[in-house]
Amino acid sequence: MNFPFLTLITFIPLAAVVIVALIPGNREREIKWFSVVVSLIPLVLSVWVWVLFQPGGGMQFLEEAVWIPTLNAYYRMGVDGISIPLVFLTALLTTLSLFYSAYTIKVRVKEFFLLFLLLEMGMIGVFVALDLVLFYVFWEVGLVPMFLLIGIWGQPKDRPQYSAIKFFLFTLVGSVAMLLAFIAVYLTTGTWNMLEIPSLGPLAGAPGLAVAAFWAIFLAFAIKVPMWPVHTWLPDAHTAAPTAGSVILAGVLLKLGGYGMIRILLPFFPAQFKLFAPYIGVIALISMIYGALVSMAQWDLKRLIAYSSVSHMGYFTLGIVAAAASLDVSDPALTSRAIALNGAVLQMFNHGIITGGLFFLVGVIYERTHTRDLKAFGGLSVKLPIFYGVMLMTGLASLGLPGLAGFISEFLVFRGAFHIMPVYAIIGIIAIVLTAAYILWKVIQNVFLGEFSEEKWSAIFDPEHWHFSLDMDRFEVITMAPLLFFMLLVGIYPAPILNVINAASTALLSSL
Amino acid sequence: MTLNQFLLLLLPEIVLTAAACVVFLLDMVWRRDEARGRWLPWFAVLGAVLTAAATVVVWPMAGTDGRPLAFAVGQGFGGDAIPMMALDGLAIFFKLFTVLVLIIVGLSAGEYIQKHTPFRGEFYALMLLAGLSIMLASAATNLVMIYLSIEFLSITSYVLTGYLRDDPRSTEGAIKYFIYGAGASAVMLYGFSLLYGATGTTDLAAIATALAGGSVTVHWLILPAMLMALAGLGFKIALVPFHQWSPDAYEGAPTPVTAFLSVGPKAAGFAVLARLLLTALPAFRADYWAGVLAGVAIVTMSLGNLVALWQSNVKRLLAYSSIAQAGYMLIGLAALAPQAESWTTGLNGLLLYLFAYLFTNLGAFAVVIAIENRTGSANISDFAGLIRRSPFLAVAMLIFLLSLIGIPPTAGFLGKLFVFGAAVQSRMILLAVVGIVNSVVSVYYYYAIMSQMFFGKAEDEEPIGAAPIMRLVVGINAVMVLAIALYAEPFIRLATDSVQMLAASF
Repeated sequence: MNFPFLTLITFIPLAAVVIVALIPGNREREIKWFSVVVSLIPLVLSVWVWVLFQPGGGMQFLEEAVWIPTLNAYYRMGVDGISIPLVFLTALLTTLSLFYSAYTIKVRVKEFFLLFLLLEMGMIGVFVALDLVLFYVFWEVGLVPMFLLIGIWGQPKDRPQYSAIKFFLFTLVGSVAMLLAFIAVYLTTGTWNMLEIPSLGPLAGAPGLAVAAFWAIFLAFAIKVPMWPVHTWLPDAHTAAPTAGSVILAGVLLKLGGYGMIRILLPFFPAQFKLFAPYIGVIALISMIYGALVSMAQWDLKRLIAYSSVSHMGYFTLGIVAAAASLDVSDPALTSRAIALNGAVLQMFNHGIITGGLFFLVGVIYERTHTRDLKAFGGLSVKLPIFYGVMLMTGLASLGLPGLAGFISEFLVFRGAFHIMPVYAIIGIIAIVLTAAYILWKVIQNVFLGEFSEEKWSAIFDPEHWHFSLDMDRFEVITMAPLLFFMLLVGIYPAPILNVINAASTALLSSL
Repeated sequence: MTLNQFLLLLLPEIVLTAAACVVFLLDMVWRRDEARGRWLPWFAVLGAVLTAAATVVVWPMAGTDGRPLAFAVGQGFGGDAIPMMALDGLAIFFKLFTVLVLIIVGLSAGEYIQKHTPFRGEFYALMLLAGLSIMLASAATNLVMIYLSIEFLSITSYVLTGYLRDDPRSTEGAIKYFIYGAGASAVMLYGFSLLYGATGTTDLAAIATALAGGSVTVHWLILPAMLMALAGLGFKIALVPFHQWSPDAYEGAPTPVTAFLSVGPKAAGFAVLARLLLTALPAFRADYWAGVLAGVAIVTMSLGNLVALWQSNVKRLLAYSSIAQAGYMLIGLAALAPQAESWTTGLNGLLLYLFAYLFTNLGAFAVVIAIENRTGSANISDFAGLIRRSPFLAVAMLIFLLSLIGIPPTAGFLGKLFVFGAAVQSRMILLAVVGIVNSVVSVYYYYAIMSQMFFGKAEDEEPIGAAPIMRLVVGINAVMVLAIALYAEPFIRLATDSVQMLAASF
């Protein structure tokens, strides 16, 4: 038995939940800092796992134990190059969110930190589970904490309760459909083992049922990603959630869907995925372009960034669709499809750090002014120069400026897709142009450039209610620093992370 | 079989009857003694615990060689032996089930009953007798015995429902329950008489033999007979369209009785239905009852959930919710897999679901009782801000609601996994899809309670100091709901083993 890294990463947050529950609710300082410090343990362990990980060695850090023998359900965990960056991303964003919230959450502190840690367990569990039952349990465990985070700490004017239940219902519709499909898969293969099922050809004897199962699972993941037209929960949930909640929603929860497509949908049903790839590709294009256009039409900064997620996760979907569409094409398409899949996986990681960062930055301005109306700002570069710099860099990363993280993954996706489905790639490029438009015109110009008007500013900023420094405070800079670091690192020297991803995605593709 | 052996096999029933009598007697003796009267619920619970012990004693005697150990009226007395009851896995399962219901309801009833009515002792004695009738019904292998025990259960339930005689709603609920029940049981009896007329026997196994033997010339009678029997049992389970009594009875009855009614009689109905269909009418599965049950399941789930959406009283809401839950359970019977090797045979799913539902629903009702004890009413608005007033009750209620929805890691998830699994396995995809659509719809009304508890603001922020015993009951139920999901093996085993013989006779 090796050292159970993954079990510890997953369940240390749960242990922290128990301890937080035992701390009296009025000891807010203790609750906050205990949670932040404990969340460092999974973070350190996930880095350690990344360091020890052998790229090209397949699934590693495997753990296996019998869980429910009659059901043939096992406690199976393991990570490969696709899950490791996501586990790390989850642990990182959780720590940053808790740290940021330690300064900004003022009401019902105990519940907030408790739920956040519970959420972390669910998310990490999804990325490391290798058994469908276990996967499903973790998949659903995260649902309730997020639901409560949105509903309790949302701003009243954003209809948080409506958004919370909408998020809950959308996700649940997908997951129950997925559950039926999992059962059907289990009934034909006799195992829940996610690594074994692909080779057993799930539902091979029943093509009609296989198609139904494919779409049922696709629905669950498409809602989570989210793809047009099942994305409508996202703008509501992201806008209503407290800052840290939005960060985790955009940064990690959307990746659960993406990860599921790569880990489950593609290997279980490669033939069906290939068959339907042109249609899913169209949905991906609509998500990219429609998401960008709607973003451009927003005057609410947070909603704008929320819609940009629909667009950016569309790149991810295009990448995986391209990989699926070229399944039985021989070289050199093989390299193209690996490139597309690498791009898709990296896009998930990048979107996590970039959009997570953008939501933190929305929080920065919102905490000061209590408004997100783009028309209320203007010329703030004079007043908040550091904030301007950080926002500019994150925004440029988001629109894919070379040298920053977003460029690498978008380039890979389009490079891969261009060879496999050129028309799609060409149409998709439009989205990149639109992204530049809404980031530069809508965000940067409306908020930071133009004439600074003292009158406008004093209408939204009340110094009485703000106890930190006017420009980004130290804790806000500390929160953003790791994210900026990774935007630069991946943008300039992506090899360490790409090597890990590439080994796993080529292994995945060659096994299909 | 000697008289002693015969009595030994009836030990759980005898102990329970004795306990009911003791409670009756003590109540008479202590009529004016308020201080001692407080001990009555504890005697009832003790009686249930002793019954559990007796069940454990007879457990090893249950038939093992694939045949239920049947025993008969008149055996050991020298008369003609007519098999009436069986001691098999199913009977043992429901004995344990009943005992758990009695213990949980008995523990949570104390404060409520003391507050609402001066007639204490009869309440517990009647409850024990209702429990006895569930045990008898689930063990009955003869139409006469089935009818008698179901009738016994009905009458005790009517009295319990109308127990708050000064409360018009309680009386109204009991009257509705009674009138409806009288009709339903008459129809069921008529159905039984058709079965008897067609086959010449009231013994379930003998009915199957007669039907298979070719001596029966009136096969067309079986469908109406089965439908009529279904009406009577559907009334007990509160299946649509035999459910109209339940919201009024549930709302009017004392809340501990509502808790009991939502679990006990349902379980009895399912036990009898399963035994009747599998033992007496196995040959008619594909032609008749699988389809009928699937249809009833679809209507029951959908109607229960849709009507629940509009409720503002928690007891009424949980009444409709329990109608819907019965619909999910029925999937297990409808999608029964004839081959027993699979992990889900439908039957074990039904039992597992019932077991999960026992702790879930009784837990939810215990929370309702705890709140009602303090606020005096059970409207959804009474749950406002519960997380501030009693975090313990709020979190426990959340767990119960999640289990009712079927979200892991709760017991309700495991139950749904098994019954939906059976449906997929039997290629009844439509049934499974309707089931999951309903699970999603149900979120909306469970959400009404969740949203009040966590998002709502209480008018009165005063903490709800639930009595220690209520906290204990709620806590145990919550732990069980989680344990059944996380440590599922023994519970799946229990459910699967309990139906082994029934499935083998199939």
